[in-house]
Amino acid sequence: MKNIFADLFSKKNRSRTISFLMVTCAYILIEVIMNTVGMSRLFKSLLVPTCCYIILALSLNLVVGISGELSLGHAGFMAIGAFSAVIVSGLTVSSITNDILRLVVSAACGSIISGIFGFIISVPVLKLSGDYLAIVTLAFGQIIKSLITNIYLGFDANGIQMSFVTNTLSLEGGKMLLSGPMGATDTAKISNFTSGFVMILITLFVIYSMINSRHGRAIMSARDNRIAAESIGISITRTKTLAFVVSSILAGMAGALYALNYSTLQPAKFDFNTSILALVYVVFGGLGNINGTIVSTVVLYVLPELLRSLQDYRMLIYAIVLIVVMQMTNSAKIKELMEKLGKKIFKKGEVKE
Amino acid sequence: MTFLTYLISGLALGSVYAIIALGYTMVYGIAKMLNFAHGDIIMAGGYVAFYAFSKFGLPGYLCIILSIIFSTILGVIIERLAYKPLRAASSLSVLITAIGVSYFLQNAAQLMFGSDTKIFPAMLTDGSLKLFNGQLTISYLTIITIVTCIIIMVGLTTFINKTKIGKAMRACAEDKGAAQLMGINLNTTISITFAIGSGLAAIAAVLLCSTYPSLSPTLGSMPGIKAFTAAVFGGIGSIPGALLGGILLGIIENLTKAYISTQLSDAIVFTVLIVVLLIKPTGLLGKKENVKV
Repeated sequence: MKNIFADLFSKKNRSRTISFLMVTCAYILIEVIMNTVGMSRLFKSLLVPTCCYIILALSLNLVVGISGELSLGHAGFMAIGAFSAVIVSGLTVSSITNDILRLVVSAACGSIISGIFGFIISVPVLKLSGDYLAIVTLAFGQIIKSLITNIYLGFDANGIQMSFVTNTLSLEGGKMLLSGPMGATDTAKISNFTSGFVMILITLFVIYSMINSRHGRAIMSARDNRIAAESIGISITRTKTLAFVVSSILAGMAGALYALNYSTLQPAKFDFNTSILALVYVVFGGLGNINGTIVSTVVLYVLPELLRSLQDYRMLIYAIVLIVVMQMTNSAKIKELMEKLGKKIFKKGEVKE
Repeated sequence: MTFLTYLISGLALGSVYAIIALGYTMVYGIAKMLNFAHGDIIMAGGYVAFYAFSKFGLPGYLCIILSIIFSTILGVIIERLAYKPLRAASSLSVLITAIGVSYFLQNAAQLMFGSDTKIFPAMLTDGSLKLFNGQLTISYLTIITIVTCIIIMVGLTTFINKTKIGKAMRACAEDKGAAQLMGINLNTTISITFAIGSGLAAIAAVLLCSTYPSLSPTLGSMPGIKAFTAAVFGGIGSIPGALLGGILLGIIENLTKAYISTQLSDAIVFTVLIVVLLIKPTGLLGKKENVKV
């Protein structure tokens, strides 16, 4: 028994154990509060989006933190996952009556389609490096948003109908699934907080299995020193592609979860700002730091909502917090101070023992 | 004839992109950072010109000068307060700070000026030139935009190549450490770069707002992204590249809007960008850097 415990908190597995414990405890706590004391509608409405952003930020961390490539278009993958899931869910509404099963099928389809796009894009894109790669991902995000804004898709007794740019659909008693700039309308809300929690666990499982595997170590070595990694026979393109595709699959899942939580969803939601927001969460939590990403996403996503009473000033405060934290974490003086503080605490601990 | 009209208006739009892209490319060349707040400096410049013109009734050229001065000071203050302490930090920290500054400017503008869209007055000119018996109409504004862009390009190239400060800038762009050893003040040089970039942003703001006469706190974000794209398109860090990238982007955008589809113009512009980068990974005029072991 003691052995298992020691193994769970060994240096290698500590982060993983903490992640799963933290997420599970948070889930149980929230469920208990919801079922006993009750929770305001505002907080209830924040639960699923928070889960989505945690998954999105974790997936982005895989690219930015662990693989070391800057991506400015992750909202694009989220959009692909979201609208694929909406379509699948809308088409199977009569054939799969079980909500949970339909959610699983839709989310799986959303993730897979997003992953396919991730692969198609990564093949040429990962040949670029640094800021050029970042700009191509930015462009990709814009293209996806722009394309989805122009898709009109619906179905009726005659099957699926689709038109591009202009709406030429004439449905006979069927249902529109995507209507251009209006996006998805009248989607059945089938995702909930529990499904979000399960998806976070899946994401954590995928990411930790990857980091602790041979592939994960190859990815990190390629990030730390490209030339050295290449010289010991690691294929840089292959490892980076792997990270990128897994990341896009997870982002697609986040999108599916997000889309199926709302009855209407516009493509404009997945714009450049959403990609940037996810990047802010990742950098705030610490590059490559999984637990940091989860905490920073929760804090930064919920903070502006908590500041809602300040109304117009909330985004201003948010911006100032962003700037100040960046200055603090990078200031040599504050680092020195923290180290001194750390030493003091450490010494006290020694005396006690 | 209609083709020529679209081409010329595309050229004007491209000139505005080029002027904004210069700000991105110069800052990137020297400070190696993506200044995401650049687009919002455009917005700030636009508001200054708007209020100087419509509230205080100043003549057009004075408004522009005022707007340039304000933006220049704003740019330098931002650099000193937000970016300077992060000189040694990772590029991602600087990027997040720039995003923070961008949010700050947008929301400060929203608080001060309201989130409603304001109609930008025609402060420069509203006439137009008719050629070929009225078959071809070019507004004076279009001509002013293109001429301004040419003047700025020639002026800036001369400045960078001939003056001492310009030489210092080139030296800093090439090797910061060596430049400092030669007695160049890095901080001053970077501040001057920000000042020039922000001043140009104000000019772009007036030209942009005159062409598309609406002013809102988020005015700068889309032209900012486009101009950034243009800078990368031409090869980031290169001044002629910014000109070429900006103008090509403007023309492509306008022609796709005219002949293919208005809704899909963004998708097409960005697809062209991706294709260009795949063929020439460092942009049209960018230099390839060799990595040494």
